[in-house]
Amino acid sequence: MSLIVSQLFSGVSIGAVLLLIALGLALTFGQMNVINMAHGEFIMAGAYTVYVLQQSISSAGASLLIALPVSFAVAGLMGILLEVLLIRRLYARPLDTLLVTWGVSLILQQAARDIFGAPNVQTRAPELLTGSVRITEDIVIASSRLFILGLALAAVAALTIVLKTTSLGRRIRAVVQNRDLAAVSGLATGRVDRLTFFIGSGLAGIAGVALTLIGPIGPAMGTNIIVNAFLVVVVGGIGQLKGTVIVAFVLGILQSMVEYTTTVSVASVIVFVAIVAFLQWRPQGLFTLRTRSLA
Amino acid sequence: MSPRVRALAGFGITAVLLFAVAPLLLGDFRLGLLAKYLCFAIVAVGIGLAWGRGGMLALGQGVFFGLGGYAMAMHLKLADAGPGNLPDFMTLYGQLDALPWWWVPFQNPIFALLATVLLPMTVALLLGLLIFRRRVRGAYFAILSQALAAAFAILLIGQQGTTGGTNGLTDIRGFFGYDLNDPVNRRMIYFIVAVALLAMLGITWQLMRSRYGELLVAVRDGEERVRFLGYDPANVKLVAYVVAAGMAGLAGALFVPAVGIISPALIGVVPSIEFVIGVAVGGRASLAGPALGAIAVAWAKTALSERVPSAWTYFEGLLFVLPIVFLPGGIASLVSLVRRRRAAAPPPAVDQRPPLVREGAA
Repeated sequence: MSLIVSQLFSGVSIGAVLLLIALGLALTFGQMNVINMAHGEFIMAGAYTVYVLQQSISSAGASLLIALPVSFAVAGLMGILLEVLLIRRLYARPLDTLLVTWGVSLILQQAARDIFGAPNVQTRAPELLTGSVRITEDIVIASSRLFILGLALAAVAALTIVLKTTSLGRRIRAVVQNRDLAAVSGLATGRVDRLTFFIGSGLAGIAGVALTLIGPIGPAMGTNIIVNAFLVVVVGGIGQLKGTVIVAFVLGILQSMVEYTTTVSVASVIVFVAIVAFLQWRPQGLFTLRTRSLA
Repeated sequence: MSPRVRALAGFGITAVLLFAVAPLLLGDFRLGLLAKYLCFAIVAVGIGLAWGRGGMLALGQGVFFGLGGYAMAMHLKLADAGPGNLPDFMTLYGQLDALPWWWVPFQNPIFALLATVLLPMTVALLLGLLIFRRRVRGAYFAILSQALAAAFAILLIGQQGTTGGTNGLTDIRGFFGYDLNDPVNRRMIYFIVAVALLAMLGITWQLMRSRYGELLVAVRDGEERVRFLGYDPANVKLVAYVVAAGMAGLAGALFVPAVGIISPALIGVVPSIEFVIGVAVGGRASLAGPALGAIAVAWAKTALSERVPSAWTYFEGLLFVLPIVFLPGGIASLVSLVRRRRAAAPPPAVDQRPPLVREGAA
């Protein structure tokens, strides 16, 4: 029993990481139908921000707290730059955006390699987050994992509040639901797009901060993790956050359970098959916006 | 010139270049490299059909390349080891006493050769049926095909005892009785690859100019309209996807004797997306563009990484960005641009329409 619970929690913590990464993707994909392959490198930028900050701030706890907003801003500004320079030219060609942003991700990776060196770098975790929490006799959870779970849930809550209550959120939702109608109603859709991209990319920066707690920081860290996050977005459906949240945790738990009963390599195939099977039932993802358009 | 005459002339020139000029000008080493590039070109021809003509951005062609490559390499490893013996790496990593059951049929050369093409086609057929029938398309399809590549590479790496793991299947010495260390036999491999490329170009040319080719472009540009006309777009897309997978499988199978190795590093997410770049640079919707683009990009990779390794990555990144943003039709669209300008006085004939490069309304 305790084994199942600890596997369950391991799945939840995989899911929390996936959620943090997929949240920003879901936002930009939902709004602009744009697959941003450079999202993984924005995560990397967030992680390296922690590393850079720790060069001058000795306290690990303080640097982590400062890194959260700074990483958000760094990654968000990179996102705006990407949107203004490239993505804006390609709105009519979403598949081309995918390839172009992949090119950007290659350049960013190599830039990281040239600036910080090819080997992984280490950051210090605050003491509070290096231990573990004992829940029952046999179930022990690393506190960094708990922190990431909290961070993911906080990000979801903050994003929900922004989307549901602020005027920016209302504008974003309007553009997601019907871009043309929003434009003729006088919304500056271009500006909304840029702000969405800022928030979505900024969330990648936050995810990068979280990843420094559980793994090494390196130029390729983005690529390794991004494919699963894309799957979360595809399966969750676009236009609503709840699909992303549910699917991130389900996929995390599924992966952890299958990995436990088989092996890591077989699990990746089983999860893929499960996703294709799921799309037979819900080809547009778990939740979709109901529209009258074909497709 | 009618399109038919022009195409025949194009094939003729290509054949002369591949069979006479290149072998005369290039030494053994460079010719071997060219054989490798031609393998990539075969994959690119298939991607050109599926993506350029069909609008399906296949980011997982490495899977089919890998299936073909592993099918071929498994047979060659078994043949190298001799009857009754295990391939060298199995005794090295694993404590295997007997051949795993799924290796056994690959002892038969006919089965192995058929499998190099039919295995990828079957996988593509199954996946395509499931995906296209449920109208999963656009970016969703691209992501799924990429996830397939990721899963396949992880699977291969994990099963080290029976697949060679990260190292893959290496050190292949013989090719159906021919010693691959002999330069003469390596030249023979080059000629086989060149014939295969020409054949695939021929098949694609035939498909593109047939009624099916028209339908495929129609599906790309307006899937719903085609459906309303009474066709099933899923079947139309399926054919292009399966053909592209078969070509990738063939390319993988030829890659093994040409280069002597197949490994997960050649078929995962990154190499799979690299297959696409040559297609985009050359001109995704044209016939020769993908092949030429793939050869050019592969050549540039060798030339640049020999000198400054890190420069290649920047250059590759720019290759993804600049041509796609500023020249979506690739280099091939320059040709038709010039042609259109020259033919501005007389009204252009029907078959001289420039290839449309446009996403559907998906």
